[in-house]
Amino acid sequence: MSILKQLWTAVRGTATEAGEAIVDTQAIRIMEQEMRDAKKHMNQAKENLTKVMAEKMGVEREVTRLKKEIEEHETYAGQALDKGDEELALEIADKIVEFSNELEAQEELLSSYISNISNLKSTIKTTERNIKSLYRELSVVKTTESVQKASSAAAAKFSGSSSAITSATASLERIKQKQQKRSDQMNAAMELQNESGGGDLKARMKKAGIVSGSTSSNDVLARLKAKKAG
Amino acid sequence: MSNQEKLKELKSTLNDTKTEEGLSFSAEIIPGEVDVLQVTVQDREEFPIYITTDDSQILCVTHLWQESEVKKELREELLDALLTMNVPMPLSSFSKVGNQYILFGALTSTSSIEDIQYEISVLSENTLDAIEAINDYLK
Repeated sequence: MSILKQLWTAVRGTATEAGEAIVDTQAIRIMEQEMRDAKKHMNQAKENLTKVMAEKMGVEREVTRLKKEIEEHETYAGQALDKGDEELALEIADKIVEFSNELEAQEELLSSYISNISNLKSTIKTTERNIKSLYRELSVVKTTESVQKASSAAAAKFSGSSSAITSATASLERIKQKQQKRSDQMNAAMELQNESGGGDLKARMKKAGIVSGSTSSNDVLARLKAKKAG
Repeated sequence: MSNQEKLKELKSTLNDTKTEEGLSFSAEIIPGEVDVLQVTVQDREEFPIYITTDDSQILCVTHLWQESEVKKELREELLDALLTMNVPMPLSSFSKVGNQYILFGALTSTSSIEDIQYEISVLSENTLDAIEAINDYLK
């Protein structure tokens, strides 16, 4: 079963029991067991990898040795031919064939080890990734459970009982009222500020004709004309 | 920094700051198997934000409404609406834990305090907006 599906089963397990445990603890235990198994498999794979790598190194040494032998024997064969010893040269050539066959076999073995190692490495990587994501998902499940617990504790504090608190819409309504109240308070404070700042008094005096309104452009023009004439 | 230290730091930062929109927070840690930081936004105490951290992410959650608050005959329509709203809604997504509908946002665990603060403000706004939008489906 995929991780996500398992989680879904675990989380869904509770939808039927209102307000009780959020997650199916049995399912969580199974997942934890699976995680332990996966880890064990991974450790085995790692051990295997070490073994295969050691064997590969042995084969590599063998390949090097055989190549060197062939090279050396080719020199020997050349020397035998130089001396005109055809028979000895043939014998050495036989030996070279033997080495060559052995080399071919060892090289095949080597390439199979190499592909084996890369397979093992990618298996380990995948398993490691799976385990990590399993841990992450499980941690999210545990987290939501903690959040749920924290929230019901908060709810109990809030309403004085452990039963479900008021509905979401009622809560929203209350928040809106609070916001309205706050904005009313702010408006009132601003009004008060205006009044104490004299804004209100000036407006009333103006209304009563005690102070004139702001100077008009005609007033300015008249003053300038008077100045010029004088 | 350990997850616990991160929560503590976040707690003291949140308690001292006011957002540009004028929101102020109060935060307290609720200890448990996983520690939860409960953040309340002034005037919105009804919808606290729960924050948890683990190695891979920071999870911010608010609780919306319970299954029992949903008008039965409109349930399917509601679920459709929630799925449809998930993408257009900035930063937050709908989900469900047991019978509780929730709104959540997840951040990388390397997020800055400012990022988390922003996430909290948006999540709080989205919570109110979501309930307002879904009002007709609720009892």
